[in-house]
Amino acid sequence: MTHITRTPEKLPEKRIDLDRRNFLIGSTAAGLAFGYVAHGISEALAAPAKFAPTAWYSIAPDGKVTVMVGKAEMGQHVSSTMAQIVAEELEADWRTMNIELVGNDPKYNDPVLGALITGGSWSTRMNFDAMSRAGAAGRLTLIEAGAAMMGVPASECRASNGQVIHGKTGKKVSYAKIVADGKASKVWTPDELKALKLKTPDQYVLVGQSVPQLDIPPKTNGTAKYGIDAMAPGMLYGKPVVPPVRYGAKVTAVDDQAAKKVPGFVKAVTLDDKTGTTSGWVVAVANSYPAAKQAAEALKISYDKGPYANVSDQTLIDEAKRLQQSAESGQLFVKNGDAAGAIGGAAKVLEGEYFTSIDIHAPLEPMNATAYEKDGVWHVHTGNQFASRTGGIAAAALGVDPKTVVLHQYFLGGGFGRRLDADMVIPAVLAAKSIGKPVKLIYAREDDMAMDFTRPLTYQKVKAGLDANGNLVGFAHDVVSAWPTARWGIPEFLTPAVDKKGPLDSFTVNGADFWYTVPNHQVRAILNELAQKATPSGQLRSVAPGWTFWAVESMMDELAHAAGKDPVDFRLALLDGAGDNKVGAKKLANALRTAVGRSGYGAVSLPKNSGIGIACVSAQERATATWTACAAQVEVDPKTGEFQVKRLTLAMDLGTVVNPDGVKAQIEGSTLWGMSLALFEKAPLDKGALQVSNFNDYTPLRMSQMPDLDISIIANNDPPSGCGEPAVTVVAPAIANAIYNAVGARVRSLPITAEAVKAAMKT
Amino acid sequence: MITLLINGQSRQVDTADDTPLLWIIREQLQMTGTKFGCGAGLCGACTVHLDGVAVRSCQTSAKQAAGKRITTIEGLGGGKPHALQVAWEAEQVPQCGYCQSGQIMQAASLLAKNPDPTKQEIVDHMDGNLCRCMTYGRIQRAIVRAAADMRAKSGA
Repeated sequence: MTHITRTPEKLPEKRIDLDRRNFLIGSTAAGLAFGYVAHGISEALAAPAKFAPTAWYSIAPDGKVTVMVGKAEMGQHVSSTMAQIVAEELEADWRTMNIELVGNDPKYNDPVLGALITGGSWSTRMNFDAMSRAGAAGRLTLIEAGAAMMGVPASECRASNGQVIHGKTGKKVSYAKIVADGKASKVWTPDELKALKLKTPDQYVLVGQSVPQLDIPPKTNGTAKYGIDAMAPGMLYGKPVVPPVRYGAKVTAVDDQAAKKVPGFVKAVTLDDKTGTTSGWVVAVANSYPAAKQAAEALKISYDKGPYANVSDQTLIDEAKRLQQSAESGQLFVKNGDAAGAIGGAAKVLEGEYFTSIDIHAPLEPMNATAYEKDGVWHVHTGNQFASRTGGIAAAALGVDPKTVVLHQYFLGGGFGRRLDADMVIPAVLAAKSIGKPVKLIYAREDDMAMDFTRPLTYQKVKAGLDANGNLVGFAHDVVSAWPTARWGIPEFLTPAVDKKGPLDSFTVNGADFWYTVPNHQVRAILNELAQKATPSGQLRSVAPGWTFWAVESMMDELAHAAGKDPVDFRLALLDGAGDNKVGAKKLANALRTAVGRSGYGAVSLPKNSGIGIACVSAQERATATWTACAAQVEVDPKTGEFQVKRLTLAMDLGTVVNPDGVKAQIEGSTLWGMSLALFEKAPLDKGALQVSNFNDYTPLRMSQMPDLDISIIANNDPPSGCGEPAVTVVAPAIANAIYNAVGARVRSLPITAEAVKAAMKT
Repeated sequence: MITLLINGQSRQVDTADDTPLLWIIREQLQMTGTKFGCGAGLCGACTVHLDGVAVRSCQTSAKQAAGKRITTIEGLGGGKPHALQVAWEAEQVPQCGYCQSGQIMQAASLLAKNPDPTKQEIVDHMDGNLCRCMTYGRIQRAIVRAAADMRAKSGA
């Protein structure tokens, strides 16, 4: 894989309307280039070097197709998926497909989102149409050129497997030969592109096939390059020295007397971070990483610990409860009917407080970046999920024009949302600037954990009412948390409140706008300012649905039991598809039936103290829902409260499935993530600091803790949805509901501990 | 100067005795297939072989490695892909891929001494290798597949 160097335009970008652009296909020195261009086509063809069209893919004279991927490749095989979508309409031979990762060049902005950002399980959904049209336009152009070469009418030719074929005569010409011939060239107007007839699902050759993922071979032999593998001539190494609180500290003095005795030590750089992303950081720079680490340990740094040095989990919970109790707090995300009135008049009212702990990403590749300045341009090598913003943050930290910062993209050694943030580039660029040499900056694992942009601590209060017949008549749901996406300061990512109290961070409440038909439903999003300041939070795989469904799907079970109904039947009745819940609710009901059926729920006799619990979700957002259900089977030891998850049965409807094995891999990983967050992961906050250091005290699921998995994929030819996150959200409530079914213990805090199960059994 | 025998080649490196082998391999010799994950022997991403035995290179000093045969992911197959690497592709194991060099090196040391491991033996041997993408099921299947391929080849 090659890494390209380009100078970006001004950041941040506005959303780009595809319709206003033309699609360019023209011969360049490197072969055929296909892409959307923002200006006049004649100008582009006349002076391509000057104009530089945005290219989604190119074909070299040897027939090699290279797809430019603006999505971060962090193991979801999205780069391969993009190539698969292009290849389908292009009629390319899969063996000729290659991928190239791009940095922060806005030419490669997501066609829907208008930025280089990877998250939300959005990529396949939002790029399927544009990549398909790019592929189709290429195919038609190649057919025309190939037909001309063979001296036959284009209308009698078709393309297949990288060749243009004339059916009547059996003549064939390969894409490689057509490209080498150099005459293939056509300009597609936006209207022509829009009018392109794409394949119908029955015509798919590659989509729906588990073709081998293009990014896998280099990941089996050590040749895959991650940000941490970047090398720059003459580079030094930097190790952060992070303060004793998560945020708000200031460095008051640095004593480097002892560090100076470390062979290879160069300098201790105290960061003056104008972006405010970090606070109180020092970087120890040396000629090797072990020396930098040794020097970091030898530095004696004094701190003003700042205003949040006494904040703990309990402080945040107390503040959250105080905010929730005030009617003035927050903004409404959902308001259907009169929830308070309906609950006030209900025959039976249930209340539940649900908690989720602070969790950290802990991707296995610690945060890192390599930075240097060359000829007035700053180069930053790192794997990142939000190159558009991260390049801008590096520029802001340096105080330079964003146009002069080039991000070089790599494979990500785990993303999970962690690499949407930009903190890692700041110590790299500031140390490189201070010393005037390239610096490879690597967080030690302990730095990476302590300074994570976490899943925020959440407190949710749900109040719901049943009528005399056990029907759900009102549901009021308050969600109190830090607002990770609001922290970015990008207005386009916020959502207007339905009570017109200003924008809210919907990435803290998505999922709470569920597909159950409940006549009186209200969801309030409340920002916990203290948490926002003391523990800057981020987007952790599945984001809001990771906590909203914990509350919703736990409460739905509680309501079912209170109504004396089976939790499956109770949910299916609410998934009636009425009004705004048309179609979607029915799909969710089908996913639920599939998981329930495959799990043996109600039909198999279980061992003593065992239970199957269910949950179903529409993560990630209402507009991008993937219909997902889980049945969890657990066995509980009633003496200790200890429990084992025996089996997780997952069913997911995600429309068109581009690569079934890739989807399955994502569901496997995200299901286990859901279990890991439900049982094994917690980053306690005390004295303003995350009390985690390494994989001895932050302990994601290991091989020996794997339950049996049973995964069903429902493919129905609807537009494709995402599959990397939704399963994360459904597992925890399914497990909690299973524990209740096993021993009657209702747990409402994540992670679920044996102590909590034991305590709940007594009540 | 310390002489290291790595993937069959003798290499002179200018380093202190106590420098972790990991950083010599990655940064001085620029063989970056071996990964830094935790620096504390808790994740297994840095696993290499010393005389055929899997060790954590972040916990192994240059001095400890001197005089021993060091094998990294780059040298595992001795010029052609190891059966495990073939199986890793066949089972489409890697997601982000960052831990996979270490997983493969750890698995190779198991198959070298146990050509037909049970599921429990695989779990016991592999449990120290963290995969944050949680590809564990595929790792297990790939080890079973590679073991079968190796037995078939050796006629066992």
